[in-house]
Amino acid sequence: MTEPLLFELSSPGRVGCRLPELDVPETALPEKSLRRELPLPELSEREVAQHFTRLSQLNFSVDTGFYPLGSCTMKYNPKLHEEVARFPGFAHIHPWQSESTVQGALQLMYELQEYLAEITGLPGVSLQPVAGAHGELTGMLIVRAYHLEHGDEGRTVVLVPDSAHGTNPATASMCGYEVVTVSSDPRGNTDVGELGRLMDETVAGLMLTNPNTLGLFEEHILQVTEIVHEAGGLIYCDGANMNALLGIASTGELGTDVLHLNLHKTFSTPHGGGGPGAGATAVTEELTPFLPTPVAARREERESTAALTEYYLDYERPHSIGPVSGFYGNFGVMVKAYAYLRSLGERGLREVSENAVLNANYLLEQLKGYYHLPYDRPCLHECVFSGKAQANLGVHTVDIAKRLIDLGFHPPTVYFPLIVDEALMIEPTETESLETLDAFVTAMRQIAREAESEPELVRGAPRTTPVTRLDEATAARKPNLKWQG
Amino acid sequence: MEPTDRRYSKEHEWAKLDEGLAVVGITHYAQEQLGDIVYVELPQAGDTLRQFESFGIIESVKAASDLWAPISGEVVAVNEELVDRPELVNEDPYEGGWMLKVHPQDESEMGALMTAEEYGALLKTLEE
Repeated sequence: MTEPLLFELSSPGRVGCRLPELDVPETALPEKSLRRELPLPELSEREVAQHFTRLSQLNFSVDTGFYPLGSCTMKYNPKLHEEVARFPGFAHIHPWQSESTVQGALQLMYELQEYLAEITGLPGVSLQPVAGAHGELTGMLIVRAYHLEHGDEGRTVVLVPDSAHGTNPATASMCGYEVVTVSSDPRGNTDVGELGRLMDETVAGLMLTNPNTLGLFEEHILQVTEIVHEAGGLIYCDGANMNALLGIASTGELGTDVLHLNLHKTFSTPHGGGGPGAGATAVTEELTPFLPTPVAARREERESTAALTEYYLDYERPHSIGPVSGFYGNFGVMVKAYAYLRSLGERGLREVSENAVLNANYLLEQLKGYYHLPYDRPCLHECVFSGKAQANLGVHTVDIAKRLIDLGFHPPTVYFPLIVDEALMIEPTETESLETLDAFVTAMRQIAREAESEPELVRGAPRTTPVTRLDEATAARKPNLKWQG
Repeated sequence: MEPTDRRYSKEHEWAKLDEGLAVVGITHYAQEQLGDIVYVELPQAGDTLRQFESFGIIESVKAASDLWAPISGEVVAVNEELVDRPELVNEDPYEGGWMLKVHPQDESEMGALMTAEEYGALLKTLEE
């Protein structure tokens, strides 16, 4: 590594800040709380600033390069939205302020709920969940509350197709359900016959990722939702792949009962660094009473001739599953989503998905013939190849991924979905130019050639990075997690 | 060709009868698919296994997978060496990388498993 640790840069006695002179009586800390040895690095502010700036420059980010990490929608997020979220009226308000002093913030939440309802075709929306998987959990708790409300206690199973996001079975399990996997058919759809055989009065619902992790739209979606509904189950749709459907397909009309959206990811908050996120959850009218408390609401009061609109937080929801996080969720993420929707409008939002799908299909067509395509049909927002042919030459998907780093690109998602051997999952998103896509195609074709002519070159990649190929096995077997002194 | 002195499950585990005990491990194909193995979580002696149910977890740099019991019975010994050297499963899946010794509940369960020849045929279909 080219950058030393802070400990290695440390110089005894050096300080980064000077405290003001003591102006209160001095009190000694209790003897038992004092540590004689506390080896912390000693550096000046200048050195610390340099250290972290250098580290940040070693990183690969969406702002520096193409980042086609499948399933993650690493799109470019307009900087303007960051600025809007930092407006003092949004950034400096306190969750305990009275409603009359935060009408603008409440109006934003209310209108965002309305927009998301329109986009999903599901009228009830909660903005409270703070992550995608949290939105899933909220959604499945609502499914459970719905069945229990109807005295239906025998539903203990949740069905999850093998092409779903990995969080889906985890969520069902967290809600106390037994998870049963449904296979995919040869075209990458949920196997309708198998679904029919598995669906009975013990099943609470189906958790469907649509488009699924193969980047494919569920071709028999109406049949799938009908089978589940007929047996009394509900449809949970994982909306993390909404970048493919915005303004095009109304998931509500397809028979979805509950859906979560990743406001970070799809709606313009940079993500991948561990938060903050927002997993807004949308439900049918029938399920709306179960939404977490509070939801933003609006009331009109007639005062003489003028109508007075007031926004408030509705806590009077007796069937609610209760709050799922402190206060109202991650408000800053909501502001960015709102700004994104208002600046794009209906047509702009549709163009997001049209371009995301077009870009993915462009890559699919350009790379077909160079890499094995296990499900050969038009994709939606991402395409999944297999590195199988290269693996037969001794060059595995992990090698292809590492070689891409040398050529200036972030690798695609690899080895996922699990149903594709040596998977390479490529999601270009809508924000990339044709030139960028072509440069990526050139790099991928070059690697395919190298796998045949110079396999050692690919297996030894990356060579141009601050650290080269990491020994992941030794790192996991004998982890070295802290400075040894 | 896989060793012919044992039987194989479609989940890529093997079981070998040896002096009244069944030795259990994963196949060469399984370790190859997983890649470098970094952790194996096994049951303890005295625990009971049920055929085709999960008995542990194996983690590689690539993935974490359940381990599926090829046979029912009581665990009488666990390969303690795998705690410090999980790579033994990669290096020697059929001998040094064994996982459990089980007192089989019913030896006839071996009949539900594949012979080396049948398992080899299964692997052929997976390679296509």
